[in-house]
This record gives sequence, C-alpha cells and structure tokens, in this order.
Amino acid sequence: MIELVGIPSILVYFVTFAGIFGLLTLGLNLQWGSTGLFNIGIAGFFAVGAYASAILTTDASESYLGGAGLPFIVGMVGAMLVSGVVALIIGLITLRLRADYLAISTIGIAEILRLVLKNEGWLTNGVRGIAGIDKPWADLLGAGWAQIVFLAVVLTALGLVYVAFERAHRSPWGRVLRAIRENEATAQASGKNVVRFRMEAFVLGSMIMGLAGGLYAHFFGFISPEAFEPELATFLIWVMLIAGGSGNNRGAILGAFVVWMIWSGTELLTNRLPADMATQAGALRLLLIGVLLQVILLTRPEGILGGRKRRRQPAPTPDD
Amino acid sequence: MEIVQLLIYGIVLGSIITLGAIGLSLIYGIIRFANFAHGDMMMAGAYIALFFVVTVGLPMFVAFPLAMAGGALLAVTIDQLLYRRLRRTSPVILLISSFGVALVLRSLIQLIWGPSIHVYEQGIKLPIRFWGLGIKPDQLYILGGSVALVAALHLFLKYTRIGKAMRALSDNSALAQASGIDTERVIIWTWVIGASLTAAAGIFLAIDTQLHPVMGWRLLLPLFAAAILGGIGKPYGAIAGGMAIGIAQEMSTLVITPAYKPAVAFALMVIILLVRPAGLLGGGTK
Repeated sequence: MIELVGIPSILVYFVTFAGIFGLLTLGLNLQWGSTGLFNIGIAGFFAVGAYASAILTTDASESYLGGAGLPFIVGMVGAMLVSGVVALIIGLITLRLRADYLAISTIGIAEILRLVLKNEGWLTNGVRGIAGIDKPWADLLGAGWAQIVFLAVVLTALGLVYVAFERAHRSPWGRVLRAIRENEATAQASGKNVVRFRMEAFVLGSMIMGLAGGLYAHFFGFISPEAFEPELATFLIWVMLIAGGSGNNRGAILGAFVVWMIWSGTELLTNRLPADMATQAGALRLLLIGVLLQVILLTRPEGILGGRKRRRQPAPTPDD
Repeated sequence: MEIVQLLIYGIVLGSIITLGAIGLSLIYGIIRFANFAHGDMMMAGAYIALFFVVTVGLPMFVAFPLAMAGGALLAVTIDQLLYRRLRRTSPVILLISSFGVALVLRSLIQLIWGPSIHVYEQGIKLPIRFWGLGIKPDQLYILGGSVALVAALHLFLKYTRIGKAMRALSDNSALAQASGIDTERVIIWTWVIGASLTAAAGIFLAIDTQLHPVMGWRLLLPLFAAAILGGIGKPYGAIAGGMAIGIAQEMSTLVITPAYKPAVAFALMVIILLVRPAGLLGGGTK
C-alpha cells in the first residue's frame, strides 16, 4: 500500500483529468472537426455517462435508482450505451437542421438533462448527488495504487479511442464525413446518405463523451448536477478543441492538455487573491479563458496544430 | 380564474421575451449570425441600469434610457473589437466567439457585483386587485414600456432610411448590397437597435424578478425559440413568437411542474423547426 502525497499526487491527478478532457475533446472533434456538427450540449452527454455508470456500479441505495453494484467495466459500457441512445434520439429530431439550429437544440437538450438530474430525485438523488463511486479494484489495491491504475485505465482508453479515430479518419467513412463537412450538397449528389453519416458521427462522438463522463464519476467518487454546468463541461472543451486545432485528433488531445494546464494554472493565480475576493475567483478564471478563446480566434483560428485549413492535397485520388 | 391570472403573467413574460427576441431576430437576419451572447447582453443591460439607479442614485426613468444607450455602446464595441474581424470567416466562428463573449460578460458582471442577487429598490409592492386577479404596478409599467418601444421600432423600420435599409438587407442581402447600401453602417445600426431593446428587456426582467448573473443565460433558449417561432429576421414575427412562448411557459404550470418551464420553450421550438422551419409567419419562400 502506498499513499500518494505532494508532487506525484498532483501530477497523477492532473494527467488523469487531462486524459478525461482529452476523450471529451476527441468526441467533439469527431462531431465538429470531422463532420461539422455543432454540439454545444457536451455537458449533457458527459452527465448522462457519469450518472449511468454511477447507477450501475454503486451499491444498492434507497435514495436513487439502482445501485446495481456491477463491475467497473459494465459501468463504462453502460455509460457509452446510454449516451449513445440519448444521442440517437436527439439526432433523429435535430440532425436534419442547419448548423446554427442544431447548436441551439443541443443547448436546450443539455439544459433539460440538467433539469432532469436536478429534479428527478428517484433517479439521481437530485441536488444531493451520488457518492461512493469507487475506482476499479480500489479495495484490492489501496488508495495510492488505485489512483495510478486508474490513470493507466484513462490513458489506455484515450489511446484506444485515438487510434480508432485516426483509422476512421483515413477510412472511406472518414472521407465521406469530411466531404459532408466541406460540401453537403456534393456529398448528397454523389449518393451518400448524409443524414445517416452525420448520425453515425454524432452518436459515436457522444458515446465517447459518455465514456469520459463515466470515468469522471469514478475518478471523483461523487457527482451532482453542479458538476455539469455548461461553463466548464461544454465551454472548456470547445476552447480545448479550437486551441489544439479542430479536425486534428492529435491537436484535440494537445489542446486538452494545454488548456487544462492553463485552467489549472489560473487556479494557482487566483489562490493568491486576498480572502475576501475568493468567491470571485471562479469568475476571474472563466473571464481569462473567455479572453483566451477570443485571442485564439482572432490570431490563430486554425489552432496550434492546424487541421481544417492545412489540408495536404496530393493529386486528387478517386475517393470512394 | 387561475387561468386568467397565468395568462396575465404570460403576457408580462411574453413582452420581456419579445423585446429580447426582436433584437436577436434582427441580428440573425441582417448580420446572419446566431448571437449566443444575447441573453447575457440582456443581463448586462439590467446591471448597467443597476449602476445608474443604485450607485449613481438616478431615478429609474432617467437610468432606463441611459442603460439602453450603455447596452448599445457595449454591443457596438464588442462588434468592432471581435465580430467585425471574424465576419469574413464562417458564421460558425462568430457563433463560437459569441458563446465566449457570453461567458466573458457573465464573469465580468460577477466580478463587479458578485454572484448574489440584487434589486433596484427594496420593499414589497402589493399587487393591484380586481375581480380576484392581481397585477403589480411594475408589471403594468413593463407592459406599457414594451408597447411604446415596439411602436417606436415600427416607426423607425418603416419611415427612416436606415430602417428601410435594415429591412432590405434582411430580406435579400445580395440585392440590397447591389443597390448601394453601406452594409457596415447598417450592421452598426442593427446592433444599436437590437442591443438597446435587449437592454430594456433585461431591465424589465430585473424589475419583474431580480438581478442575477445567470438571469440572461437562463432566458437564451426562450429568446431563440421566440425568434425562430416568428421567423428569423422578421421583427414582427418575433412579437408573435415572444408572446406565444411567454404565455405557453406560464400556462404550462397548469399541467407540469414549474421546474420544467424552460423545457416548454424548447419543445415548441423543436416542433416549429420540424414542421415550419420558416417560422409561423414565414412565407415559406426561403
């Protein structure tokens, strides 16, 4: 048994969290970067995954649905499936809409999901939240090792999703997605079922967001509706993707790490504020990130690694 | 009686949503840009009025036009600083930028006034009672003020050169540009009109309820629902849309728990997007 203290503990915490953000950013990159689907309801899918896994894996409880006590891996699969089903339903209603209408709809859906989490106590225990969500094999490993093993789990998930998305990006499927993003009418004219491809990208991206939510629930051990306010769970992910370079999976992960580092850095900064300003610290941090976004959009809209602009174009190949 | 009472509340909320939705719809129609900072611009307007009323100590009828001007100035500044430079890129970049602006505005206000609630004046005002119904004097001011502002907007759009140019750009931007309309000037005017109406809406909302940093963000969905219901770019449609959303939200408490009131606006919006994407009053030609 080891106890993690000091710098190693902070480092493990930091990288685990960055990995979870990386998954969210990859999911968004599939939707926005590859397909051009404007989802600003990330917080909703993130929350659905977190609650699904919490309900499946915690011990039986009187105060909310379940506590099915199932293993961690079932929780992760459940998180992905439930998020996928929610995305499917939303997609059926909204994916035919224009980009800006889709954006408004996803805000609405995230807001309604938040209301459900808050008000349906029988399902989610309302504002009191769900506690006691264990890390996998926590009682076997002890607190210290459980943290390290969990970090490995998160990084493995991130690696697997990255490799899968890179392969998908290069596959004929990925090419159709990009064709839809660049010119929907042309893709349609060449016989592609545009709505179906968009649906696949939307559902798959949302499943990854759900997985990130599930991992988050086990990482923190406690979830409540407050954790899924759109400021953090949606806005920060967008800043990460845009900073890293939308359309580029490596950029998405890099953006997640860099912006998470900046975001954590601002906390060190605001910790130095006098105590009477402590309540304002959160606002100041959001202000800094908001300004950062505007600076990126004005000076380097293609992000650190670029992606959408810098398309390498060899001789035109007979795609698909 | 309860139904009539809810109808009255619905009309009050509807006139607040209407004022906000007109601005949103004009900006959407003329600048072709879904402004996600619109709710927070409303909130900023309410706080600017709070500055004039509480900090400076002016009476509300002086603070009100000053706050409208302040809201317009704020919007034009943001436009010139950010949106003007981003307009040449895709409209979606503008959308992301406005999402960030919403957050910046909210955190700025929270930094200055803190996260707790404020009111323009302390004390409880008793509603006027008639036939078993109640309406607060404030709500009568809100209704009267909204009607006056909408009438002023109507005269502006109908009779001034710039108002006509705005309608022309909204109806057919290519044709309007070909006939020599100075687009950048019309855009600035659109922000001035849209943002000052939005600031007024924010002040009315704060009078009806109270000031809070998320008051505008919470209203963003009803604003969009109203603008889409009325048909994007159609200020008169936004009036019908705003009233419909306001009344539907208040009346919905007869059948569902009040906690889900925001979902009503959303449900109406999704239905209208699926059934009549051009809006209730839309001609269906676009």
